[in-house]
Amino acid sequence: MSAITTPHEQVSHQRGIRETKTPGRLQRLWRDIKANKVSYLFVAPFVILFLVFVVIPILISIGLSFTYFNMIEPPRWVGWSNYLTLFLEDEIFLIAVKNTLLFAVITGPISYLLCFVFAWLINELKPKIRTFLTLLFYAPSISANAYMIWTVMFSGDAYGYINGILLYWGIIDKPVQWLVDPRWMMPIVIMVTLWMSLGVSFLTFIAGLQGIDDTYYEAGVIDGVRNRWQELWYITLPLMKNHLMFGAIISITNSFAAAGQLQALTGSTPTDWATWTIMQHINDYGYVRYEMGYASAMAVLLFITMVLVQQLVQRLLAKLG
Amino acid sequence: MGLRISNRRLARSTGGNVAIFLFLAVGALFMALPMIYAISQAFKPLNELFIFPPQFFPRHPTLDNFSDLFILMAQSWVPITRYLFNSLFIVVMGTAGNVIFGSLCAYALAKHDFPGKALINSLILLSLMFAGSVLVIPRYLTMSYLNWINTYSALIVPAWSATLGVYLMRNFIDHMVHDSLLEAARIDGASEFYIYWRVVMPIVKPAWLTLIILSFQQLWGDQGSMFLYAEELKPLPYALSQIIGGGVGRAGVAAAVSVILMIIPITVFIINQSQIVQTMGTSGITGE
Repeated sequence: MSAITTPHEQVSHQRGIRETKTPGRLQRLWRDIKANKVSYLFVAPFVILFLVFVVIPILISIGLSFTYFNMIEPPRWVGWSNYLTLFLEDEIFLIAVKNTLLFAVITGPISYLLCFVFAWLINELKPKIRTFLTLLFYAPSISANAYMIWTVMFSGDAYGYINGILLYWGIIDKPVQWLVDPRWMMPIVIMVTLWMSLGVSFLTFIAGLQGIDDTYYEAGVIDGVRNRWQELWYITLPLMKNHLMFGAIISITNSFAAAGQLQALTGSTPTDWATWTIMQHINDYGYVRYEMGYASAMAVLLFITMVLVQQLVQRLLAKLG
Repeated sequence: MGLRISNRRLARSTGGNVAIFLFLAVGALFMALPMIYAISQAFKPLNELFIFPPQFFPRHPTLDNFSDLFILMAQSWVPITRYLFNSLFIVVMGTAGNVIFGSLCAYALAKHDFPGKALINSLILLSLMFAGSVLVIPRYLTMSYLNWINTYSALIVPAWSATLGVYLMRNFIDHMVHDSLLEAARIDGASEFYIYWRVVMPIVKPAWLTLIILSFQQLWGDQGSMFLYAEELKPLPYALSQIIGGGVGRAGVAAAVSVILMIIPITVFIINQSQIVQTMGTSGITGE
């Protein structure tokens, strides 16, 4: 970035290059800034909000993660102790880490694939059906708290729809405690998450596919593309690379931050902590116990993990093109 | 003019068509059944909610659950209209600010060149890479520092800093608004603000409609439980979730509640679907 000037250069400018015809970098920069006053007015309101509500909170989190802070006394510096406690003493945190990774590794890629496969198949249909199916697949992700319905369907008594049907058909002989039995909790939570995961990425892929001009496919036939798989691999995917990268970002973010549906389905003290994730552990320490420093340390770790995974996946996808 | 090839795309085998149809049908059923189940629950009379084996569709559909809901809401000491007002106020103000500040910023990022632009662009992209929820703790501290706890601002103002819409809008302006058009307007003496408001914004209507949808969705589902304590400030989803929590006897009313919560964002989406798809077309990551 050209905007960075070292203090050393700054000093050399102040020492009388002022009158020379070629102005120094800092002066040029200053002139550039003044010339673009209007642009700064345009970006200023949003950038200030972004700084106050996104950038500064990240910095505050990092700072607080090295303190003990309970909202009543001022923060007290404790060094790495929060991080050490997390890994050496907090067994539930380790379970949460395992669950979060398992959950993300399964829901992230599968939801990404589902988004693409459904978008690809839907795109070939006639416009009216296409519009209808797009709405149908997208609906669960926009309907506020729609996952609540699954708690009714998987309710542990015989009136729960799933239990009722299975009992009636004689597949089970007593109601299954779907949301309390650790063997079922994680699979159900993953299924519900996939159900509500055809969101922004899905729409992005639909739009990306619609934006590919038919002439590419016609040219492909001349160049020897023989079947649909070759068409997908040699024409569609390369043309959609940018959309695929954007979709990956959204899918990964969602898979790491899941908390709402988990809380709703398996409650705030799940059996054996079978569906407890880092995000829930953060909320628990932050809002229930008011241990803000400890909660911040977890948030910082989650933040770093997310960004690293994102960078890795973006690198991989960039290579595929 | 050389050879003219047929416009037809490659055909698929019949077997392939059947497989695809089946796959789509199973997917569609999986997506639709829970939603249909929620709707059918809402129209069941109370005795049908607890019969064995459970029925998928109501045998004697009724509107009782909805009328019960309104009676319940009328009895609460904060009237339902107040919850509704809270929700609408938060959604409308939050969305308006995000659209206005976001589009101003997106226009400059797409069409102006100034020192620092690359930095802002990469920070916005970076912010899409982690969920805003990791910031709950410092955001809560910021709110209490600003004395915004228990005010609408605690939900409204942070919504103005949502980056997804700005990112989409910047890409859309970049692709859809031609520089020649802006040049022509500048030669005619139009100010930058005039250009933004009268030239760019009308062209990128799909983009700001998309931004409205995304912001609406986000805010509509928010119960605000972290920042709002006073009952008379709470939004509708909170009031409705209290009803759902009311126990077995309220199962029917709870279903009615989830239908109401569901129907509003879906309707808004149906109205704007084509515009949203158009905006997403330019959402790709470009090498910056």
